[in-house]
Amino acid sequence: MTNRKSFAAIAAVLFALALLPFGVSGYVLGLLTLGFYTAVFAMSWDLLFGFAGEVNFGPSFLIGIGAYTAALLNHYEHWPIWACVVTGGAASIVAGLVLAVPALRLSGPYFGLVTLVAVLMLQNIIVLFAGITGGEIGLDLPDVLSIDDSNNYWIALTFMGISGAILFGLSRSAVGLILQASGQDAMQAAALGFNVTKHKLAAFCISALFSGLSGAMLIFYEGTVSVGTVVDIAVGVQVIIAAVLGGRRTILGAALGAIFLIGAGELLRPLGEASTFVVSAIALVTILFVPGGFLGALLHGEKR
Amino acid sequence: MKLLQILIDGFAISSLYGLGAIGFTLIFGVSGVLNLSHGSIMVTAAIAAWVIAGDLGLGPYGGAAGGVAMAVALSLLTYMLVVRPIQTSSRIAREEKEIFVLTGTLLWGIMIQEAIAYLFTSNPKTVRPLIPGVIEILGVRTPMQEILTAVISWVVIGLLWLLVNRTKAGKVLLAASINPRGLTLLGFELPQIYFWVWALYGLLAGIAGLLLGAFLGVSSDNVGQLTASAFSIVVLGGLGSVTGSLIGAYVVGYLETITAYSGGPSIRTIPVLLLLVLVVYIRPQGLLGRR
Repeated sequence: MTNRKSFAAIAAVLFALALLPFGVSGYVLGLLTLGFYTAVFAMSWDLLFGFAGEVNFGPSFLIGIGAYTAALLNHYEHWPIWACVVTGGAASIVAGLVLAVPALRLSGPYFGLVTLVAVLMLQNIIVLFAGITGGEIGLDLPDVLSIDDSNNYWIALTFMGISGAILFGLSRSAVGLILQASGQDAMQAAALGFNVTKHKLAAFCISALFSGLSGAMLIFYEGTVSVGTVVDIAVGVQVIIAAVLGGRRTILGAALGAIFLIGAGELLRPLGEASTFVVSAIALVTILFVPGGFLGALLHGEKR
Repeated sequence: MKLLQILIDGFAISSLYGLGAIGFTLIFGVSGVLNLSHGSIMVTAAIAAWVIAGDLGLGPYGGAAGGVAMAVALSLLTYMLVVRPIQTSSRIAREEKEIFVLTGTLLWGIMIQEAIAYLFTSNPKTVRPLIPGVIEILGVRTPMQEILTAVISWVVIGLLWLLVNRTKAGKVLLAASINPRGLTLLGFELPQIYFWVWALYGLLAGIAGLLLGAFLGVSSDNVGQLTASAFSIVVLGGLGSVTGSLIGAYVVGYLETITAYSGGPSIRTIPVLLLLVLVVYIRPQGLLGRR
């Protein structure tokens, strides 16, 4: 029953969101569009951490590979947008495998460090080959998704809806349960006959696919790609904060956290440089006092 | 000539890296915490010293003392406001404490970084050296401050060695890192020990930050880089191993200096990252790691 109720609630929220372009300004729509793409980053991260228990410090490695693959193909080869996005997603899977196959032998802080180093390497490489990649200034794209705010908004909303449904469905499936078991006690999960490595690898690929797709979509929305928007450590940190803030192991909470972060960052913009301070402080207080995050608190309250 | 220059510069920078990383590894060894606000504590020490020595007019020595005191205070705050509440929280599952401490200290570090940028801007600041002047070593012009950096780093590391290996307090620290439960059974209060470890850590990070500020200058933008380099050095040497961290610091320091002199400063960190990936894959426990 609770399941049906929450399903109805989500459907209602999505429907309300879809009607938003008829009521609010392009400025708000632009903000939410950015929020939706960030939400997909955060949900992908949550699948890997919340369920598989792997601390990925480098979500922006997977995002950046997808985004830059798509950008380079569009800028130099003039491939159509959809082909660039699909290839970007595929490239992210390959990058995810390259990173995951050896890295899954490691655990805890070591795995985290490798993912962190991967981001730093990617950043260095992009800056080093500035002649091709545009370096720190970035690269302009000849094509954009749409020049209309409402269309961009609907594209992003649809993309988030589909990605969210797939990721959430996966997390509630048998595979999700096995992943959760592997994350909490890998040895016991293996003793029960599940192939832990295979499942974690699959989680890595799916997480990589959606990160890459979303990264590629994001740059075609913005019309430009740069290290600061898709590769920088700060981008990854924001994704992690969003997922932890919204509630780990919920997938949907991650989306909530991401949209909240983007919104809060904008609302606090008048504070200037102090805004990052306030957002970080809110996030810190949340993880100290409400470790389950927004959605965790909500679900917990409902159970009582 | 160039070789000698690399030897001297590399030695000074490596000693500084060693001092910076040693506190990081100490906290991990004794209490199992990876403190991602490390860089911000180092930068705070340098900026505080800069403000106290310059704006408040207390001179380089007053600034140095004030900067280190700030670092110790901030380190204790980190422990009491962020790390301790997470460790004792009953609402966070045990296997998740690690990621919470990582996220918590990361956020805390960002807050400190932003506070510094807001109050004192993110422009690089150079702390006035304790001993000004330049001397020549076999034809290489070397600032006195560079020599002082290496000397102070090694004196502090030496004192730490004496503390850990030759005093009762040091034995308690060692015991806490090997078997905390056994230590509790002997009647020692773990929280009290952790408190002193964090104070000691603040002292080490503060001195390192101060020396860095006088040697190369610091800005609040360096926070992430400093934390990442301490993390890399410590993993390279083996988490929790002090000797390993020192070796790691010299490997990283010299590799960076050689790359900067031969290939240019823009690719300075790349060989280190490659080496790190290699070591983590082949020997995840690091050069001298325990597990």
